[in-house]
Amino acid sequence: MIGFAILLVYIAIFAGSFLIVRFLVKKATRDFTSLKTVTFGDESAVTSNRTASVVSVLTIFLIWGSFTGSAWVPGFLHAPGPFVGETSFTYTLETADGERDDATVFVRVVDFGEEVEKFEVDPGEGIARNDAVAMPASRSTTILFDKNDEATRKDGARVVAIDGTPIAPGDEVKTDAGRFTLTDKGAISFAPPAGLQMEPIWLPPPEAVVARMVEIASEGYRDSTLWQHLGYSLFRVIAGFFFGALLGIPLGYAMGLSNWFRGWFEPIVEFMRPVPPLALIPLVIIWFGIGETGKIILLFLASLWIMAIAARAGVSGVNISKVHAAYSLGASKLQIMRYVIMPNSLPEIFTGARVAMGVCWGTVVAAELVAASEGAGMMIMVASKFQLTDIVLMGIILIGVIGFGIDILMRKAENYLVPWKGRS
Amino acid sequence: MTGLSIENISMRFDLPNGTSVQALKDVSLHLNEGELMSVLGPSGCGKTTLLNIVAGFLAPTEGQVVMNGHTVTGPDAERGMVFQQGALFEWMNVRENVSFGPRMKGQKEAEWGDNVDHLLDVTGLGDFKDKAIYELSGGMQQRVALARCLANDPDVILMDEPLGALDALTREKMQGLVLKLWKETGKTIILITHSVEEAILLGERLLVMAPRPGRIHKEYRLPFADMGVGGDLRAVKHADGYAETREEILEMIWNMEEEIMGRMEEQK
Repeated sequence: MIGFAILLVYIAIFAGSFLIVRFLVKKATRDFTSLKTVTFGDESAVTSNRTASVVSVLTIFLIWGSFTGSAWVPGFLHAPGPFVGETSFTYTLETADGERDDATVFVRVVDFGEEVEKFEVDPGEGIARNDAVAMPASRSTTILFDKNDEATRKDGARVVAIDGTPIAPGDEVKTDAGRFTLTDKGAISFAPPAGLQMEPIWLPPPEAVVARMVEIASEGYRDSTLWQHLGYSLFRVIAGFFFGALLGIPLGYAMGLSNWFRGWFEPIVEFMRPVPPLALIPLVIIWFGIGETGKIILLFLASLWIMAIAARAGVSGVNISKVHAAYSLGASKLQIMRYVIMPNSLPEIFTGARVAMGVCWGTVVAAELVAASEGAGMMIMVASKFQLTDIVLMGIILIGVIGFGIDILMRKAENYLVPWKGRS
Repeated sequence: MTGLSIENISMRFDLPNGTSVQALKDVSLHLNEGELMSVLGPSGCGKTTLLNIVAGFLAPTEGQVVMNGHTVTGPDAERGMVFQQGALFEWMNVRENVSFGPRMKGQKEAEWGDNVDHLLDVTGLGDFKDKAIYELSGGMQQRVALARCLANDPDVILMDEPLGALDALTREKMQGLVLKLWKETGKTIILITHSVEEAILLGERLLVMAPRPGRIHKEYRLPFADMGVGGDLRAVKHADGYAETREEILEMIWNMEEEIMGRMEEQK
C-alpha cells in the first residue's frame, strides 16, 4: 500500500516535472542537434537532460524526507504521520453472570524516540475500571484491561464491545481512535492510526544520516573513524588492483604474443574468469585468514583475470598494418612492443581497469561484510546487527559515492592518456 | 646487381578443407632503381600477396626476392610500405609519426629534424606537425604515411592501394604528389591499385595480373608518368594513346572478371 503510494508520487513527479520543464524552458541554442527533425531512434540526438538529473536526485530526497517526516522537507509535504498524543476508548465488559459495565482506557501515544512513561488515571466505579496505557507511535499494544477490574478473564469475563460496537474474538473493529482486535486470550489489541511515515528504525530521515555521518567522522565507530574505515577499503582495492594489473597485464600481453603462453594460461584464465570473486571469499579466509593479506589476495584475484583478458584483447586489437608498418620502418621487436603494441592496447586496458576497479570495490565491501575489523563493509555489517539503520544507509551512500568517484577518475585519466580512443 | 628482382615466385597454401590455393604462379620481374611500376588486376589475382612477399611479410613457397644482391627474408627498412589506411600511430602526433623510422634507429633529433621538417613541408603538412592523427582528414593522413615512409629513406617504396580510400578529388591531388615525390627522390616504387586510370597515370611500367593462379598477364611501358611530372595530370588524360591504352586495359580486366563470373556460374 505504502509502496504503491510512493510509486504513484514518483511517477507524478516524473511526468509533472517533464511537462513543467518543457513548458518553461525554451531551448535558446540552435545547435546542430536541435535542428534535427528525426530524433526518435537517433541515439546521437539523445543527451542526458541535466534538469532531469537534478530533479531526479531531489525527488529521491523529497520522497525520503516526506515519508520519514524530515525537517528538511516542509511540513505540508510530509506523508501522514502516525497518531501521537492522547486518545481514549471505552470497552464493555460482560461477566460470566451476564452483567455488563463500561470502562474507559486512556492511551498516551508518544512520538518516535521519546520515552514511554506510565501514568495513572482515576479508576472510576463498577465491575470494569478505567485503565491508563502508554505506548510508542506506529505500534500496536496489548491492553490487559482486567488487571484492575473486579471481574477478570479468569472469572469468565470478556469484552463484548468497543465504543459501543460489538466485538468478538477474530473480529476487527475500527473507530476514530484506531483499530481493535481481541487476542486469543481475550485481551484487547489496540493500534492507533499508523500513518504512512516510516519509523526511524527502518528508515531514518536524511538529516539523521547526515548527523550520524558528522558524528562518526569526528568520533569514529568501532575504534576507527569514518575516514579510516573508508581508507582501509580503498587501500585494499588499490593494493589488490595494483598487483592484479602488475601481473595481469604482462600475462595478457604474453597470451596475445605467444602460442605457448596462450595455450598454457587459456584454460586457467577461462576457468577463473566466470568464478565470481565472492565465491573465493571462504577459501581465502581459510587460507589467509581475515587480515589484510587475505583481502588483498582476494582483490588481486578479482582483478587479475580481468586485466589479463583486457591486455590480451588489446594486443589482438592491433591493426596488423600498424605492426607491418613499424617493421618496415626498421623497428625491432622490443620497439614494436614499446611503441606500437603497448600504446595501442591502452584503450582496452583502461576499459578493463574500469571494470576491474568496479569489481574490486564490490568485492572488498562483500569481503568486509563477511569478516573484517575495519572497513566500510564491516561498518555497515556491525551497524545492522544493532539495527543502526542510519549508519547502514550512510555506509551504502558513501560506498556508492566512492565507487562513482573511482569511475569518474578512471574516465578522466582515460581521456587524458588515451585521447585517440574511439576516434581512429 | 642493383634494383629489385622477383625470381620465379610461386605461392601455394593449404586450406583446412584439404584443398590448396595457388595464389601466385611463377612470377618473375626486375625493377631497376628509380622505376615506378603500377600493378593492376581483378580481385584475387594475388597482387597484395605479391607485395607482401616483396615486403617480407610472407615467405613464398618457391622462388625468391632479391634486393640489392641479397635475398629478402623479412621486413626491413630498405623496403618501405604505405598502406591503404589505418597504419598510422594514433598515439603520436604528425611529426612523431613521420620521424618514427629515424627514431627507431636511435638517431637524435639533430640528425633527422631538418629532413623530417622538409618532408612535412613538401607534403603540405608543415602547419599540422603538432596535430593528432585523428584530427586530420583522410587525404592528410595518407600524406603523413607517405612522409613517414620517405623519412626512413628506403630504397623501394611499396604502396598497397594507398589512395584507395580517398575521394576522387583528393585522390587526383595525391596522384600528383606521388609523381612529384617519385621524381624528386628517385625511389623505386611498386604501386598496387584498383583504378585503371591511376595505374596508367602513375605507372612508368604497368603490370596487369590475371587470377587463378595469380600470374603476370601483360606488361606495358607507358610515357604518361613522365608527362605528368610537374604538369597537369588532367591534361595527360587527353594525350595521344591515353584513351586507347585505358580502353585496352579496361577490356582486358573486364574479360577476366567475366571469366571469373562465368566459372562461378559453372560451379553452381
